[in-house]
Amino acid sequence: MNLDSSVVGLSGEVFIFDVEFRHIHQFADAIGDANPLYTDKEYAKNSKYGSIIAPPTFSVAFSGEGAELPINLDERRMLHGEQEFIYYRPIQLGDRLYCQRKISDLYEKEGKSGKMQFLVVDTEIKDEGGQMVAVNRMNIIYRGEKS
Amino acid sequence: MTVIDMDSLQEGQELQSLTKPAISKVQLVKYAGASGDFNPLHTDDAFAQQIGMDGVIAHGMLIMGFMGEYMMNIAGEIAEPTQFSMRFGAMSRPGDVITCTGKVEKIFEKDGKRFVSIQLRAQKSSEEVVGTGKCELRFF
Repeated sequence: MNLDSSVVGLSGEVFIFDVEFRHIHQFADAIGDANPLYTDKEYAKNSKYGSIIAPPTFSVAFSGEGAELPINLDERRMLHGEQEFIYYRPIQLGDRLYCQRKISDLYEKEGKSGKMQFLVVDTEIKDEGGQMVAVNRMNIIYRGEKS
Repeated sequence: MTVIDMDSLQEGQELQSLTKPAISKVQLVKYAGASGDFNPLHTDDAFAQQIGMDGVIAHGMLIMGFMGEYMMNIAGEIAEPTQFSMRFGAMSRPGDVITCTGKVEKIFEKDGKRFVSIQLRAQKSSEEVVGTGKCELRFF
């Protein structure tokens, strides 16, 4: 069964994510990214950022946490086609982040193997004061059912 | 580090590239742990072969992580990203060497601040494109 536009606007529960030093370190290390802004407290303190920040793709490490979206998706049909981040400010060490996933769009395109659906899932990331920190936008290709 | 020089920046300018060490299986295990993406397609050869692949493939987000490293090297401490996107292309496997390149698309002003948009590309040594993207950097 294909998705219909009623899924747009569905959201999950707000969940909390605490940004920890070891996690930032492990994430940067896995990428092989030696930027001292992520690991060197003294260096980061004296930088423009004023503290340790997280790498720009770090929010993938928690955007999938929290409650599932209230929708049945067949994982075998899902393909991560595009990823976008919109930054209001960098994620910093010690941040307590309030995150919520939302389905922000659904659109269709004609593909090689018939009609393909594209699902856009945003994770909105805010700080304790309710200010936007970032949006993690995942564009998922939802392939047609094999007949 | 290949920090951009704000004064000499020109539209169409090709930026110094970043070539990463070959992707390793241990790296995929580390990235799985750090990112929380435990899909066995990235860490378990037997599983990958069961679903018709030659072996494990890299997380698409690891490649975007390389691109993020490249973007932050370019930005240095004279600019910070406001937007970063990537469309995934060919799959990457252990042993693949990925090179990130960038080209200045536009230099512009918004809300009294200077911005630069950069087209990004990640490719294997075979020149097969694994991802194309874009970022916007705002100068401090």
